Amino acid sequence: MAMQLPVIDYEHIKKAKDAPLEEFYTSGHRTCQGCESALVMRDFAKASGPRTIATGATGCMYVANTSYQTTPWIIPWMHTQLGAGGSSAVGMAAGLRALMRKGKIPKEKINVINFSGDLGGADMGLSGVSGALQTDYDLLIILYDNESAANTDIQATGLTTYGAQTTFTPPGSVRRIMQARWKKNVAPMLAVGHPTCRYVATASATFPALDFMNKTRKALNTGGPTFIHTFDPCPKGWDFHPGYSRELGELGIRSGIFPLYEILDGKVKYTYDPHKKGRIPVRDYLVKQGRFAHLIDEDIDYIQGMVDTMWEEWELPGIAPIKSGLEMANA
Amino acid sequence: MTVAEQVSIWDREELLTGCQAVSHAVKLADVDVIAAYPIRPYTEVMDMLSKLIADGKLDAEYIIADSEHSQFEIVKHASSVGARAFAGSSGTGWMYGFEALVVTATDRLPPLFLVGNRALDDPGAFGVEHNDAMSLRDMGWLMCWASTAQEALEHVFIGYRVAEDKTVRMPMALAMDGAFLTHSQHMVQVPTEESVKRFLPPFDLGERRLHPDKPVSIAPQVNEDWVMELRRQNWEAARRARGVIKQAYEEFNEIFGQRYDNPYFSEFMTDDAEAVLIGIGAVKMPTQTACRRMREQGHKVGYVNLRWFRPFPTEELRACLGRFKGVGVIDRDFAHGSPDNGGILMHEVRSCLYPLRERPNVINYMGGLGGRDISIEECIKMYEATLAAGRGDMPEELVTWTGLRE
Repeated sequence: MAMQLPVIDYEHIKKAKDAPLEEFYTSGHRTCQGCESALVMRDFAKASGPRTIATGATGCMYVANTSYQTTPWIIPWMHTQLGAGGSSAVGMAAGLRALMRKGKIPKEKINVINFSGDLGGADMGLSGVSGALQTDYDLLIILYDNESAANTDIQATGLTTYGAQTTFTPPGSVRRIMQARWKKNVAPMLAVGHPTCRYVATASATFPALDFMNKTRKALNTGGPTFIHTFDPCPKGWDFHPGYSRELGELGIRSGIFPLYEILDGKVKYTYDPHKKGRIPVRDYLVKQGRFAHLIDEDIDYIQGMVDTMWEEWELPGIAPIKSGLEMANA
Repeated sequence: MTVAEQVSIWDREELLTGCQAVSHAVKLADVDVIAAYPIRPYTEVMDMLSKLIADGKLDAEYIIADSEHSQFEIVKHASSVGARAFAGSSGTGWMYGFEALVVTATDRLPPLFLVGNRALDDPGAFGVEHNDAMSLRDMGWLMCWASTAQEALEHVFIGYRVAEDKTVRMPMALAMDGAFLTHSQHMVQVPTEESVKRFLPPFDLGERRLHPDKPVSIAPQVNEDWVMELRRQNWEAARRARGVIKQAYEEFNEIFGQRYDNPYFSEFMTDDAEAVLIGIGAVKMPTQTACRRMREQGHKVGYVNLRWFRPFPTEELRACLGRFKGVGVIDRDFAHGSPDNGGILMHEVRSCLYPLRERPNVINYMGGLGGRDISIEECIKMYEATLAAGRGDMPEELVTWTGLRE
């Protein structure tokens, strides 16, 4: 049973100087230099503020992030199992709602935010995330996607870019491409399949500036179950110098390989619109990463072709792989 | 007249299945969050609870999960914010959520789960076997088997009471034999809300509760630095649980009348017995009937019905079984490749008796697997063999499969 609660009315952050100064994710973590996922943590905590409970599914943002006696979390945080991101958020939101309704704790708005990596949020935990998005609880699930099991040894996941070298997909003398899967299209799958989920977005922690913090706030203001998929360049897993994390994210988005948009109540808004701003060649993004060093022109052309199809042939460019119902129309 | 006497203890008596009895208890325990996923035979409890919620008789969040793993994680996390939570499962469903069950114990959270015992696949079988629940026996859970619907109802209160105690904080598995108990009807006395409130205080997770007022981090990475100390804390909690269980039953008896002689097991016709059978769950029915028939023919036999499996009542059971010459252990479970290729319970009982200078001779029966009936005639044969074993006439094989098609 839903319950009316006071709301936290988050303001849109226009300029960096308007962002809150308080940090709720601070020192103590052991993430790598140039870790964009750590920025996702910092930014969602900053954007949502102190009346927030976070759960973190197993992943590098658990293992590298939260060591006993050096926790970086100022807000309450709890580990959850790799496949339990969605259900952890449901459990906490349900517990809080029941306790508030029954007068066992004061009635107030408390945000429940889960973050899951690509294994947790998009592979093993997908069923639980889907279950969570079918509820009417106020909860936000952030899929922080660095395209590998980044703490475990850089193994390929369902979200790893086609062709990438990982420890599970090493190029060999006979097979050059071991990661032959195309990246799973998670956010649209969730947006299309869950009418109760009013807000789905993709984001990058650093490009465009402030975009992710504002999307976090928009998700919380929208209420109900919401979902954000972030694109997190990972120096260790993608094999580039940690000084270029932000640039890599920007290149990925400008090349169109990672579309940036939000869907609120079924309305799509591109937050980086390649139709207006154009797309740079995917090659410019790929060649800056060691994980693609073994690709030959043919592979890069293939990836470029797939990206072109996304933007030129899809009914909802970059989002939904439905092409106009020509056969139906001609029948 | 004291205040206590003025409070009426029992609300009504009605014909209920085991699952129905548990659903009434969950309502009376003022549970806050319930997560459901269908699997026979436990699932009837969720049918009942959802109707209680739909009719406005129970105020709880009710979530239909996408899997047992999610179901158990939902109640684990509901518990972490201080909500009293309930879930359950059977057979392979229990195993599907096993990871979540393990961490619920290591997170020291105390939701209560109903296990409607069911055989594990493959091949499919709906009937009872205890291996589903027993898979948790080393994981830091409280584990208790009801042998009647009345016991099942009462052990929801006792279970939460022990599990939530601040010196314990362990999850509780209340198990019931599938079909034989989950779906057979018994006359059940249902207590009043007031009397349940007197026995079961509200759940208070104290400073471990996740809430922005007092932020804590739960279950950060500890690695070799701390994991041993944490395992030791689980171990100590399991030890402390024994004292809390004892106290809980004393208070339960005080409020509801002398219902339990001891928390851990009940004894039937054991006073002057020479040999006893010991088992878990609904097998109590044919064994006790067989026991009466054996007594009519002058054989000094008795039956011990084990209720608590974790913590295992080592001292109490040693004192009890040490009085007899022969002990026949009935296992509705299997432990393939174990020391005697027998059942889990037999190995536990024998290990418990080992330090005694004079030990009863222990033999083992495996039967009733997959829900097969254990007949009174089989029980009589077991009594006869156990009597003989007690007199030194041990069977050729320590483990006998009873009721097995040859």
